[in-house]
Amino acid sequence: MSNHDIELTINGRRFAGSVEARKTLSDFLRIDAGYTGVHVGCEHGVCGACTVIVDGRAVRSCLMLAVQVNGAEVKTVEGLAAPDGTLHPAQQALRDEHGLQCGFCTPGVLMTMAVLTAGNAKPSEESLLAALSGHICRCTGYQGIRRAVKRLAGENL
Amino acid sequence: MKAAPFDYQAPGSIEEACALLADAGGGASVLAGGQTLMPLLALRMSQPFVLLDINKIPTLQGVSRIEGATRIGPMTRQCEALTNDTLAGRLPVLVQALSHVGHHQTRNRGTIGGSIALGEPAAEMPATAVALGAVIEARSVRGVRRIAAEDFYLGPYMTVLEPDELVTAIDYPDWPAGHVTIFREVAQRPGDFALVGLVGALVLESGKITRAGLAWFGMGPTPVKARQAEAALLGQNLDGLDIEGLAALAIADTAPFDDHHATAEYRRTVGRRIFSRTLREALGRKEAA
Repeated sequence: MSNHDIELTINGRRFAGSVEARKTLSDFLRIDAGYTGVHVGCEHGVCGACTVIVDGRAVRSCLMLAVQVNGAEVKTVEGLAAPDGTLHPAQQALRDEHGLQCGFCTPGVLMTMAVLTAGNAKPSEESLLAALSGHICRCTGYQGIRRAVKRLAGENL
Repeated sequence: MKAAPFDYQAPGSIEEACALLADAGGGASVLAGGQTLMPLLALRMSQPFVLLDINKIPTLQGVSRIEGATRIGPMTRQCEALTNDTLAGRLPVLVQALSHVGHHQTRNRGTIGGSIALGEPAAEMPATAVALGAVIEARSVRGVRRIAAEDFYLGPYMTVLEPDELVTAIDYPDWPAGHVTIFREVAQRPGDFALVGLVGALVLESGKITRAGLAWFGMGPTPVKARQAEAALLGQNLDGLDIEGLAALAIADTAPFDDHHATAEYRRTVGRRIFSRTLREALGRKEAA
């Protein structure tokens, strides 16, 4: 097995380290870099809880290797709220609409919502809901998440 | 649920990748988008000695036009292909099928070539390549091979690719502008693998069918070309089309199996039904247009 030096940006901060080839991005973010907001559910790409943003795209961090993000810009749920604690619009929408129960799937859901509403993007409610099919909520709290998505889509219009 | 140890290599060119594959002597797996391979590694169903990451080879990416065909670089991401203008114009059914491949998050990483080279029998991209008559270009240090998609698949996750070969292009022959597209998939949830799926294209010239390409997915150990139905469709007038008879012929080529999601009989019944309905709708759309 091989080890690799990597350097990347996580939530705007430079991070350098050495990783074993087989280490997933999710394990790297949690264990090496300490971003435990990345939740690891199924570890094989089904549940969506580990979703993070890599170079502007929502991806499942259990389906990437840490060595593959060398030079990349990664954003986790810890990077969503403003430094003064003001919640990201997606976080606020989930909070207002009771869009989380146990909270395990929430960081992944948030990253998908955040990337689809980034900048001036005006996603339709349908496209947001379709993208959320990549997330499983085992509390089955989908109606709250749907309301939050609806609010977020409405706000962006 | 953690992958077994492996060496990781990320070549920057096709030549370098082929040399590394040759050196590995069959012990390497190629990592494209990783949206199916990474789970196989995590579940230890796949335990390569070397993981050869081809994400850093720029010449494997992108869509281009070649003589009489559209060439898709195997590392073209599914999300990029979904919004590609050339593909929307030339291969509308491929774009339609892509929206059923996995989820937003997996399409951001997953590639066209990865799906085709892996050969999951219920996946959309292998069947689409078979239906449209695509040709797969494979390279190794020994040379270049061009393989028809219909000859590419041997069984679930088994293809004619040799361990030292790398897929370097997928060429989809031109279908004339305005051809009829056929696509229908039945799955338990959006983004799941299909229980039954049908994809294809038809060309109509003054009310007659002059070209047909149809394939099933989730209906056997490989994508299944509906050869008998294709042959029966050729030269037919739209008016006198025996759609139920064609559906029976299309099903005759399939070899579905029982699994914990559905029985073979269910797949055949649903297959017959979606064949009739999709063909009727597609031809109806054409007549109305």
